[in-house]
Amino acid sequence: MSASATPSQRDASPPSRRSWGALALALPALVLLVVVIGYPLATIVLRSFAEPQWGLQNYGWFFSTPINLIVLQRTFAISAWVTVVCVICAYPFAYAMTAVGPKLGLLLTLCVLIPFWVSGVVRTLSWVILLQDSGVINSMLRSVGLDGVRLIRTQTGVVIGMAQVLLPFMVLPLYSVMKGIDLRLVQAARSLGAGPIRAFFTVYLPLSLPGIYAGAIIVFILALGFYITPALLGGPRSTMLSTLVQNQVLSLLQWGRGGAMGVVLLVATFVLLALAGPLMRQKHKQGTR
Amino acid sequence: MAMHPLTRVLLGLACILVGLWLVAPTLVVVPMSFNENKSLAFPPQGFSWQWYQNFVTNPEWSTSFLNSLKVATVVAVLATVIGTLAAFGLDRMRARSAGLLRMLLLTPMVVPGVVLAIGIYAVYLDARLVGTMTGFVLAHTILALPFVLIAVQASLEVFDKRLETAAASLGAGRIATFRTVTLPLIAPGILSGLLFAFVTSFDEVIVSLFITSPYMKTLPVQIFTSITRDADPTVAAVGTILLCATTILIGGGLLLLGRDRRSSL
Amino acid sequence: MSETGKQRGAAIDLSAVSKAYGSFRALDDISLHIEAGEFMTLLGPSGSGKTTTLNVIAGFTEVSAGSLQVGGRSVVGMPAHKRNIGVVFQHYALFPHMTVGRNVAYPLSLRGVAKTEREARVKRALDMVRMADFAHRYPSELSGGQQQRVALARAIVFDPPLLLMDEPLGALDKKLREWLQLEIKRIHRELGTTFVYVTHDQEEALVLSDRIAVFNRGKIEQVGTGRDLYDAPETLFVGRFIGDSTVLRGQSRGDGSSTALDIAGETVTAPLKHAGRGQPVMLLRPEKLAIRRPGLGRNDGDNRLSGTISEAIYLGSGSKYEIRLRDGSTAIVRSPLTDESFTIGEAVELCFRGEDAKLVADDSAADTTLT
Repeated sequence: MSASATPSQRDASPPSRRSWGALALALPALVLLVVVIGYPLATIVLRSFAEPQWGLQNYGWFFSTPINLIVLQRTFAISAWVTVVCVICAYPFAYAMTAVGPKLGLLLTLCVLIPFWVSGVVRTLSWVILLQDSGVINSMLRSVGLDGVRLIRTQTGVVIGMAQVLLPFMVLPLYSVMKGIDLRLVQAARSLGAGPIRAFFTVYLPLSLPGIYAGAIIVFILALGFYITPALLGGPRSTMLSTLVQNQVLSLLQWGRGGAMGVVLLVATFVLLALAGPLMRQKHKQGTR
Repeated sequence: MAMHPLTRVLLGLACILVGLWLVAPTLVVVPMSFNENKSLAFPPQGFSWQWYQNFVTNPEWSTSFLNSLKVATVVAVLATVIGTLAAFGLDRMRARSAGLLRMLLLTPMVVPGVVLAIGIYAVYLDARLVGTMTGFVLAHTILALPFVLIAVQASLEVFDKRLETAAASLGAGRIATFRTVTLPLIAPGILSGLLFAFVTSFDEVIVSLFITSPYMKTLPVQIFTSITRDADPTVAAVGTILLCATTILIGGGLLLLGRDRRSSL
Repeated sequence: MSETGKQRGAAIDLSAVSKAYGSFRALDDISLHIEAGEFMTLLGPSGSGKTTTLNVIAGFTEVSAGSLQVGGRSVVGMPAHKRNIGVVFQHYALFPHMTVGRNVAYPLSLRGVAKTEREARVKRALDMVRMADFAHRYPSELSGGQQQRVALARAIVFDPPLLLMDEPLGALDKKLREWLQLEIKRIHRELGTTFVYVTHDQEEALVLSDRIAVFNRGKIEQVGTGRDLYDAPETLFVGRFIGDSTVLRGQSRGDGSSTALDIAGETVTAPLKHAGRGQPVMLLRPEKLAIRRPGLGRNDGDNRLSGTISEAIYLGSGSKYEIRLRDGSTAIVRSPLTDESFTIGEAVELCFRGEDAKLVADDSAADTTLT
């Protein structure tokens, strides 16, 4: 059928008038976006160049102070670790979600969604309780002979806590991609002589890659900006960039420096998003097949 | 596809571990909330309701809870209305401009919380919005908007627009069509957007920490300061109450959905 | 379905209607009169303009030029929901959130019909399509054929003087389609409403219609009864779109009373004058052709062409042969069972009477559309 033959189109009003009407519908959202997101972000960018006086001094300061660079590097390292942990844990879980029957599938889905039901701060509190030196995990570790492992106020603790918070963001895109994978392809590979492991690595894994990319990008980006979990679970040696920003602005009232840090974080986020764009689109193509 | 028994066992084990890791920490607060001592050491000692009592009677807790409830309710309504309008707008636009606007409207999801927080804080200081209801509502609404947009757009995408044509042929004008066909069919999307918006606001902590004042605190801010200040098990009691509330809410929602399944197919 | 039983449908007049999408002319100067109470089928291949015509009548699409009257009133510019025309869609378009009963009651509620009357009319409409037992089901619980019958009930329950159907049986399998065709015919008889039916299936068109309008490339090629179109196609396109036909092309010679074609050295004549523009071609229906073994002196018509059997298909009620003629074209012949049979590769003669041939203009554009 040619496009002209679909009965659904109503072309009573000219297209230009329709798109103005459409824009009017989106207008309140756009105004709010500009006032509450655009203007504040612009303010921060401006201040990072303008305070205390015009110039690049805040950025110069940021990139010449060792502690800042260490924290920047650590922020990326922790985010990378969190992403890796999430991929490894989410992959079998998401696969199981596609492979089990509807009842078990619902249970697994609930497991993924339950963390969303509980206030993020409360969840971090749970990790404080669990990871503290006298906490459950440490007593379990002690009982198997691993004494004196410190979890709270360490990077390991921060990674464990953050990965749990971010795991659903990895599982859900993976699941949606895996659900669309035609298992007959794996069977075809098997019938052509590939062993189960070979069939997995040559057929299933490549087909599920778009899900891994999408999930990993989301997790990594969200991890970069994490604030609450590192603040509560971390110690001085696991400080992340967000904490430094908060410190500059609220404690030291250094709006310029804090702004410059924020801009660095913002730029990193958007660069990653831009790089991830093509990968995400690939995922979309698969998803709407 | 037939799975090797060993693969099956390993997969099952992995799922149980991951599932536990996801769910168990959520439940830790429940026993802690009945602790007799003012400590967050695990395992808790004895049994008492005192932290629940404290939550109700201590104005620091009860006021912040009521504040959160107020803010989240207003935000849920506001974000749902604005987000639904925007979703309809994008739906009627050319694909390119719709894609661009959608990306713009989703930015609040990816901008690092602290960066947004200092920006909003800076603007609010000038506009005297720090510690005000308006300030909280504005900030939370824009943060909740992407969730509403996503939920409503998703249901608009599955909505069969040919039904609108059919309704017109049966004598329904634009408004009647919207009321009797479009709205009922995308209602699940709007409702879940509403729910997401409420939860987003009720849970928001980073921006709230910056724009709060001693006179206007929300619950997450109160929880955060309580955790950083001392080991007060009231936090655990609050966590337990929230857990129960959401479980009832979502469980009820699931039941409703199950009952409505037939009609929404 | 008014209280008095039968009611007259509305007549439709399209005159000089055009619809353009940019530079594409979906409808090019269409004029068509449909009688009140008539069953009119718009027949044509995809993109020929038949659905656009339906959408124009329904009010889903505005005309670019021309006038359109339904029941003697111009409806140009009138929105779809005010036209009071029933429409049945190929995709059923039942509201998934309403039961069958509420779907059918929907147009009545919009018209403010009181509850008791509404219920009675819903029941009558569902009875008519034999779906009364399903009033409390949801559309998702019904089969395609059942859904389409509900959609039909919903489109007639408000007594529209005109019912439009856009390939309503297109998504159903053959058996069900044939049964529903008879149901639709019966309902048309009982209602007396004007039916306008869109399809690309010529057999369906022949089964259902009082008259058929054949569409091609945004224009109407011919309007007539099924018999008219089959026996007297006015264009090559119509001849080929409706039923099987053999097309004979050749060098033409005409005198005042007859036309002759030279086909690769053989000549055939028809006692007709070619009136149209362009090269004349002869159209022959399969049952008007006969096959004979060469050299037999029997006279089965005044025209003979030699060829070889290239395909022989046993049909049960008879046989169908394809014969490759000397000029490389193919003739299609249907012969009853009693006749002798032929084998592939056999040299034969094709015989026909000159008055059985139809002379039409060679519209090679029609050829390309039909591949």
